[in-house]
Amino acid sequence: MRQVSRVLSTYTADVSGVCSALYEMGGMVIMHDASGCNSTYNTHDEPRWYDMPSMVYVSGLSELEAVMGDDDKLLRDVERAAKELHPRFVAIAGTPIPMMMGTDFKGIARLLERRLGIPVFGFATNGTHSYVSGVGMALAQAAKKFCLPKEQLTGPGGIQKQIPAEKADGAQKPCVNLLGVTPLDFSVTGNVEALKEAFQSEGYQVKSCWAMGSDFDELIRAGEAHVNVAVTVSGIETAIALQEMYGTPWVLGLPTGRKLLRKVLEAVDRAAATGENQFPLAWDDGTYEAESRRLPPSEEKVQRENGQPDQSHRQTYIIGEWVWAMALRYSLMAEYGYDRVSVICPLESEELFADRLLEERRERIPGVLTAAAGAGAFLEDEDQIEERLKNAELVIADPIYRRVLPKGKVVDFIEFPHEGYSGRIYRREIPVLIGEQWNRWFEQKCK
Amino acid sequence: MTIKDAGSLTPFESGVEYSAPARGPWNIVHVGTLVPESHQVFVCAQSCLRGVVLTAAEMNAMDRFSTIAIQERNILKGDMEKLIIDGVSDILNKLPKLPRAVEVFSSCIHDFIGCDMEFVFGKLRLIFPDVDFTDCYMTPILRKTKFTPDARMRQQLYSLLHPVPLEEKTANVVGNLEPFYETCEILSMLRQGGWHLRDINNCGDYEEYQKMAASSVNIVTQTGTLSAGEALERRLKQKLLYLPVSYRYEEIDAELKLAAETMGLPLPDLQDLKERTDQALAHTAKALAGMPVAIDFNATTRPLGLARLLISHGIQVITVYADSFGKEEEPDFLWLKEHAPELKLSATVHGKMVALPRNEAEQYGGKLLAIGQKAAYFTGTRHFLNMLENSGLHGYEGIIRLARWMEEEAAREQDVPSIIQVKGWGCCG
Repeated sequence: MRQVSRVLSTYTADVSGVCSALYEMGGMVIMHDASGCNSTYNTHDEPRWYDMPSMVYVSGLSELEAVMGDDDKLLRDVERAAKELHPRFVAIAGTPIPMMMGTDFKGIARLLERRLGIPVFGFATNGTHSYVSGVGMALAQAAKKFCLPKEQLTGPGGIQKQIPAEKADGAQKPCVNLLGVTPLDFSVTGNVEALKEAFQSEGYQVKSCWAMGSDFDELIRAGEAHVNVAVTVSGIETAIALQEMYGTPWVLGLPTGRKLLRKVLEAVDRAAATGENQFPLAWDDGTYEAESRRLPPSEEKVQRENGQPDQSHRQTYIIGEWVWAMALRYSLMAEYGYDRVSVICPLESEELFADRLLEERRERIPGVLTAAAGAGAFLEDEDQIEERLKNAELVIADPIYRRVLPKGKVVDFIEFPHEGYSGRIYRREIPVLIGEQWNRWFEQKCK
Repeated sequence: MTIKDAGSLTPFESGVEYSAPARGPWNIVHVGTLVPESHQVFVCAQSCLRGVVLTAAEMNAMDRFSTIAIQERNILKGDMEKLIIDGVSDILNKLPKLPRAVEVFSSCIHDFIGCDMEFVFGKLRLIFPDVDFTDCYMTPILRKTKFTPDARMRQQLYSLLHPVPLEEKTANVVGNLEPFYETCEILSMLRQGGWHLRDINNCGDYEEYQKMAASSVNIVTQTGTLSAGEALERRLKQKLLYLPVSYRYEEIDAELKLAAETMGLPLPDLQDLKERTDQALAHTAKALAGMPVAIDFNATTRPLGLARLLISHGIQVITVYADSFGKEEEPDFLWLKEHAPELKLSATVHGKMVALPRNEAEQYGGKLLAIGQKAAYFTGTRHFLNMLENSGLHGYEGIIRLARWMEEEAAREQDVPSIIQVKGWGCCG
């Protein structure tokens, strides 16, 4: 039955996504909620909580305030706290009860902004969507609010949007921003460092990382980059926002595995040279269908020479966030010869994914909408996932998904813990999925 | 602030709230699993489900736990009752074996939309006549009311008991998350009087749990669980005996006398108990040798009472971490204002707590003993007594045991972060 989870977990919600995205920016984030959202967030969603203090709070909404629709206490409390703690900005994010109350987050933000004289965001999250939407909206709004206008930028991105094509492959490599980076997708196990290193070691300067490990001053100069790389779906809205502000082209993809790393870097070069957005997760014909894949014979040969049994025809499922799951898929197919790999993305429904992020901007994201048909499916419900996995021979997913593997059948399962799903439980086993480190991890798992 | 400046039992202004990463206290999932052979179904929005489902996952209880996610359309369409009935039915039909009992947790949303839970449970009982259903609540919106969600959960824990004729000389201890510590005098008194004590913490199966319905007396040891005892007194006619955890000798004496009179138990030598308690505390004071102590409200239901006891026995208590204090703490509050006016009171959820340095222990060369996880976190000490909700201690023997624990923990260091971040400490044994 839809919406029922008999044995599975649930993904981090939108409100936590807002907190996670803004965590390192020096602001004050208030979850407008009675209680519970804050402890859930800092226990299961926020690995930085113990060692990196951040002003993330819950408003402590009471029954009486909810029934009376009383926003005054929220306003008073936030105002007092902001005056005491001097945050760079304030953000208020909603939960289910404010949704029931019809809380006017934009109005509250406007009012507080006037009173405090600092930027204030009002996010109408409601706790019924995944973190993908929360991270996406928070990063995009922060970019719109804080990034410096072109006139104040000194680098090439501000004044000169593209570097000359002839230089793209030469000594001067494009500068990039990395968008959509939170612990919910990358944890704190070395992925963010590896991601930056993957670009920097090839001569691509990382101007900023939205939003882990970058100072606020770096973030606000994001307009100086030549190309933005959205490494998760959560980064797409920010990429679009920065394109509207600076004309910066963007790339949608994560450099997982040797081959995809090269392809992503080439896509960055191409975006910088042409000013056009690039989608390296797609095959050369621009689609994601398995049939479009062409495995070079040399790689098949390498596989045989390694003496490993040919397991590439197994029906394989990867469950997770759309971009990194698609990146894993690409690597499996392009590097290891797998020919039956499907992605299951349970994070948002297909309609929501398409409607909210993509449909309205269809013209800018060619090929992505074919993903559901060609590469997998958006399945939120346990029954649907269980049904889909009935023909699985290999599953790469968070360990909790073991619980819906088909009964009475041997299915290989590679544990790929996802902080945004199982929280901290398997954090120590979260692999680095960037560049060659992914290859090493995967090959070790296949032994 | 110091206690001399505290104007009332609620000394701190309310505002936006911080949440310290001390996760030992049990939540409603942990508490709910105390009913043996039960299954929990939470009906909430995704943001609310996240915390409880991972609680279950972390305690390896996912096979006793399921969820129904509320979406916007359910609120708009008004089909909430159908969602719950169909969802719970779907879950139960797919379980390998029907559970003996099902706890269905509704949320704040259900109260606001006026969901007819009576109708829901009526239907579910018709569909599954062999399963006991009870209503449980994840309603943090009621956290600031007199009947808190936690108190309600402790009450509902016993709502599945079926009325049966009461047995003589049998009692329950109700609402506690740990059994009484074995040496507590109330246990000795019950044994000597020929009474049998039942505790949900010791129930191995549903049949054993149901036997609690036959006990003639319910012992309650904290204010927060009084409603559980009161509800059982109304419904099953079991006598309520309120014996709160206390650190005041005269109150302990009164409780033991009340228990003796009510159940016909032999009274122990109270003077001897007091002398042994004084000796134990004197020994601890000597062992601590001036080492300061901080106490938090998660460790004990009477943090001010404990502070008073320790201070009056020569142990230096420097800070009590709590956001407010219960009415029963008033005598201790007033005593401390007069006798220990410089005792610091510190909030735990106040917005400033995120910014304050957590290194008080450094002022004492790291030699600070924290009683409770939050006290350990905020002071930054490694000397830490991991005590939660009284940890089964009661009466004079409870204090004697506590004194020994303090000495032990003062003498060793612990990896505090790895301990206090574990959710529901002790829940998994």
